[in-house]
Amino acid sequence: MDGQMLITILSGFFIACGVLALLIGSLGLLRLPDVYCRIHAVGMIDTAGASFIILGMIIHEGFTLVTVKLVLIGVFMFFTSPIATHAVAQVAYKSGVVPVGRNLARNAGAKTTKKNAVKSNGVAKKTGKTKSTSRGT
Amino acid sequence: MMMLVAISACAVCLLMALVRTMLGPTAFDRVLAVNSIGTLIILGIALHGFIMERPEFVDIALLYAILNFIGTFAVLKLFSTGSLGDAPPSSKN
Repeated sequence: MDGQMLITILSGFFIACGVLALLIGSLGLLRLPDVYCRIHAVGMIDTAGASFIILGMIIHEGFTLVTVKLVLIGVFMFFTSPIATHAVAQVAYKSGVVPVGRNLARNAGAKTTKKNAVKSNGVAKKTGKTKSTSRGT
Repeated sequence: MMMLVAISACAVCLLMALVRTMLGPTAFDRVLAVNSIGTLIILGIALHGFIMERPEFVDIALLYAILNFIGTFAVLKLFSTGSLGDAPPSSKN
């Protein structure tokens, strides 16, 4: 009886934490002004909310086969959701979505400066190699 | 009891993400909202299995987790390169 009560309280606590993170993240997805800010909110849904709710279900279930499957879902989502949000941010930045903020002028010319940076980087690598070889000899 | 609260919160969050999907200004907002809808559906399927005392639903939730990841990456690849297959696009600059 006492152990059952403890399990119920613990799983309820973790599921409540997950529900709180879910509501905060979803409200941020609805209210924040920009794609990048919304990515921040969705990351909270994907990691904190899902992980806490799955942890609550694991504690509620005990040691069975369902727990193994829940652990699989939790590990998979814990590793893939940040990758997905990172890819969204990368593709949005590459296709020219300008972030809301103070440094608008710097981000507007990001494409041309990026190409120049790549070129200069290659040159720097070559010169670095020659320098190192000259130092070696 | 707590599972019912959690599945109700999933429904509310799903409505909010659906509103963001409908009025998102760029396509990336919509991709992001659809990704979070997928996550909420995974949680909802697992919680529904626990409420109905049928833990076979966890398998379906695992399948949805994999499909959600693959689907998001497919849409993002379509946006970034313009094609889904292995043939590179003609405008490659």
